[in-house]
Amino acid sequence: MSAIEHKPRQSIARYFRRGPWENGATALIAAGVFMLMQPFSLWLYGWSFAAILTGTVGFVIVSHFPE
Amino acid sequence: MAVGTIDRIAERAARITPFGAANRMRGLSDRAIAWIFIMPSILILLAINIFPLLWTVYLSFTNYRANQPGRPVQWIGTANYERILSSGDIWGYLQVTAHFVVWTMLIQVALGLGLALLINRGFKTSSFWTTVILIPMMLSPAVVGTFWTYLYQPQTGIFSYIIDVFANVGAVDMIGSIHLAPWAIVIVDTWMWTPYIMLLCLAGLRSIPAYLYEAAEIDRANGLQKFWYVTLPRVLPFLMLAVLFRGIENFKMFDMVVELTSGGPGSATELASINLKREAFESWRTGYSSAYAVILFVTVFGLGNIYVKALNRVKS
Repeated sequence: MSAIEHKPRQSIARYFRRGPWENGATALIAAGVFMLMQPFSLWLYGWSFAAILTGTVGFVIVSHFPE
Repeated sequence: MAVGTIDRIAERAARITPFGAANRMRGLSDRAIAWIFIMPSILILLAINIFPLLWTVYLSFTNYRANQPGRPVQWIGTANYERILSSGDIWGYLQVTAHFVVWTMLIQVALGLGLALLINRGFKTSSFWTTVILIPMMLSPAVVGTFWTYLYQPQTGIFSYIIDVFANVGAVDMIGSIHLAPWAIVIVDTWMWTPYIMLLCLAGLRSIPAYLYEAAEIDRANGLQKFWYVTLPRVLPFLMLAVLFRGIENFKMFDMVVELTSGGPGSATELASINLKREAFESWRTGYSSAYAVILFVTVFGLGNIYVKALNRVKS
């Protein structure tokens, strides 16, 4: 019975594992740094800080997720 | 230190502790005593690191000017950030920084890995050459910048002389030319920091067990295959660590380039950190430069997170 009760919670926790989220945040930071220093588009430069900030804050949060 | 000596020191410390203080400490838990010991460090950290950081973030939303203390400070929201992130000039300075970071990393990785492979062969005088190669890394960046200005002198500098001997192009003004100056700072940084990359690669190479190469020999792998399938995968985490560390350092490079070119000619070598210093302490636009500093800080902090992640991967 208790296994059935815990099932939905476990399925949600399955999506919040550290590895993939950390990789996503890292990719966002890397993309932001590229956008900040690339010579092609001023529009990309304008959105670079938002990308880096989102990635960095995201990284700090997701690094507390369970492995 | 011998255990007996430590006991004697502890006894002596207990004897000279005032009775009242000892009585007060006796009533405290281990956790409380630990807090008492680390509190001075935490207070200093808060005062010289965390408070200035938070104050900078606050100033970045204002029009504050440090050279006009009587002027009323107005909250202007994200206007400073919007101006910086739509400024073509600052975008240009960041591209100069990108040129410096990307080229120094590419050249230093190629040379550092090559030197590490060479030193790892363990020839007769390899220890001596390792020490010689490491010397530039131990110098102060300001000193390096200053003496390279003499080496780069077009009339009397040895760099120009050597180029002339090999290429017969006459006097080469490395730091006076708008096209050559960005490469001048790349060359100096490469001269100074390639040994660091070499050192980390050498650590990676020395951690590869010999049996992997023996197994590759048995499988009849040639030199290139051994490098590609055995050496490179083992050295790659160390190399990545070195690249991230040097990338972060070069992103905020200041002293060496200021001594060498002062950001010139024009703004050919004006890195983001040099431009930030000009905005903060020459134009005195404190609020604006605080926003600029926050943008650079968040970028370095983000890269630092990736660095720590790579470090943990190497550790594991």
